[in-house]
Amino acid sequence: MNTFTICRKELSGYFRSPIAYGVMAFFALIAGYFFYVAVLIFVRRGFESQMMGQSFPMDMNEWIIRPVFSNISVVGLFLIPMITMRLFAEEKRSGTIELLTTSPLFDLEIILGKWLAALILYAAMLGLSLISMLVLFAYGSPDWKPLMVGYLGLLLQGGALLAIGTFISTCTKNQIVAGVAGFAICLLLWVLSWVSEFETSNLASVISYLSVLSHFESFSKGVIDSKDLIFYLSAIFVGLFLTARSLETLRWRA
Amino acid sequence: MIKVEGLTKRYARTVAVDNVSFEVQKGQIVGFLGRNGAGKTTTMRVLTCFLPPTEGTANVAGFDVQKQSMEVKKRIGYLPETPPLYPEMEVHEYLKFVARIKGIPKAEIQKRVDDVMKKTDITDVRMKLISKLSKGYRQRVGLAQAIMHNPEVLILDEPTAGLDPQQILETRNLIKGLAGDHTIILSTHILPEVEQICQHVMIIARGKLVATDTMENLTHPAGVEMVNVEVTPRSGSGADPALAQGVQQSLEKVAGVSRVNHKDTLDGRLIFTVEGLHGRQIRPDIARAVVEAGWNLQELHAVGSRLEEIFLRLTTAVEHSDEVAKAEVKEPAAAEPAVEVTDAPAGESK
Repeated sequence: MNTFTICRKELSGYFRSPIAYGVMAFFALIAGYFFYVAVLIFVRRGFESQMMGQSFPMDMNEWIIRPVFSNISVVGLFLIPMITMRLFAEEKRSGTIELLTTSPLFDLEIILGKWLAALILYAAMLGLSLISMLVLFAYGSPDWKPLMVGYLGLLLQGGALLAIGTFISTCTKNQIVAGVAGFAICLLLWVLSWVSEFETSNLASVISYLSVLSHFESFSKGVIDSKDLIFYLSAIFVGLFLTARSLETLRWRA
Repeated sequence: MIKVEGLTKRYARTVAVDNVSFEVQKGQIVGFLGRNGAGKTTTMRVLTCFLPPTEGTANVAGFDVQKQSMEVKKRIGYLPETPPLYPEMEVHEYLKFVARIKGIPKAEIQKRVDDVMKKTDITDVRMKLISKLSKGYRQRVGLAQAIMHNPEVLILDEPTAGLDPQQILETRNLIKGLAGDHTIILSTHILPEVEQICQHVMIIARGKLVATDTMENLTHPAGVEMVNVEVTPRSGSGADPALAQGVQQSLEKVAGVSRVNHKDTLDGRLIFTVEGLHGRQIRPDIARAVVEAGWNLQELHAVGSRLEEIFLRLTTAVEHSDEVAKAEVKEPAAAEPAVEVTDAPAGESK
């Protein structure tokens, strides 16, 4: 109940500041462009295969939805810090954190409420890309199940990064610092997967396993791999756990 | 209602609050005085469960701030130095949010919000964005937030800071009106404010509690009467120094008077403060002495020593003793070179 109250307050905060609109507009633009490019390539391939006289299996899921999802998951890395940066940093700067922590609320309610609000904003942002996906259903018949799995994957990946971003936001009073640090961590978690391209040692495979993006692979194909599911869920847990600890130490340090 | 024992709060390098103990009874308004950085805010933060104490215990309404913080939080209203407001919210919306997180049942929220808005006189700005409010209104919205759940204990950190005189008066009356149902601790450095609204005073200096007493006992040291006397000469002959001396001497002769101080001469009126001996009523005798000597008695009233003076005396005493303590620590270090100096010639002579 209290979680819901906090969540509502955060959401209204998002939509009263330019953040929500900025993030969503930017996302709509980028995601729309990726969709356009993917469709263009798909159509061109269709023409080419007709000209050659050979028929390719024209699979929308494989040729449009999957690349678009991969691109969206990368775009998310850039936008997530903008969503999470204000969550705690702003409360610490303006002193409203004193209201929250001296009210009869459990820390967990505060944290979950804020994280949930961020997740809802992220989901609303993803929802914008659904519009272009629906166009596919108007002109073709892609399989809807892999599409749903892809969105589930995006939500899980987003949830994990949002949890980490929330933690970073508790560490500073400055939104900008929280944003930049969050961005750095997101970027790091992305490029970790590149290690495995140069090296094949055990260490390299461990490092690349930590990359949030490599776990999205299977979801974008429409496969729910329990390994990846567990990775994301445990990342969410770790992020929120660190947030809780950080909020607790705030009292000892303040 | 509030019981604090041996409370100490240490930060990495400083001791903000040093072994403070006090008790506040139900329904009292207690003024918490101290210079900036004396430890007022830290003490208040411990009471509101925002900070845990390093040592000692604090008990609010029978619950320990560390072990039963949830119960304490339900019973405490807190207005921090800067009111905790969300600038992007409208006033009524903010108060509804506060009502929800303070655990007020859904059906009562609207009524409760209307109630506190009326009490703090902010009904006319209820639809305004908090970011557009003036400092005075913000302060009152902050106060509305603190009394939202009708808490047994109210902790107000400088509730009148930044208000204009009219608002200060209103806020004081509001706080006075809240007493009785609520136990209130308020910090301030406006001393007349304390004199007006508080029955009890706690003075803190450098983290140490230097005085905790009723207003009455602090400003009127037990049994000693202080009297303010104003006289003019009978004929309009003006006040010359010789006359003032004469009055002073005859006042000093009055039975029971221990000290007479010629304070001021204003428009021919001579103003004296007279201190009586312990347990003596000196006013009737002073009046008689003045009239018998043939002067006009313009004014005669008992005064307490002013809170300002007491405050300064107590806080500077602590700071002074701190300096003395520091000097004492330095002394052995200073003594060491002296030993060397005396040793060296001794070595040479051998």
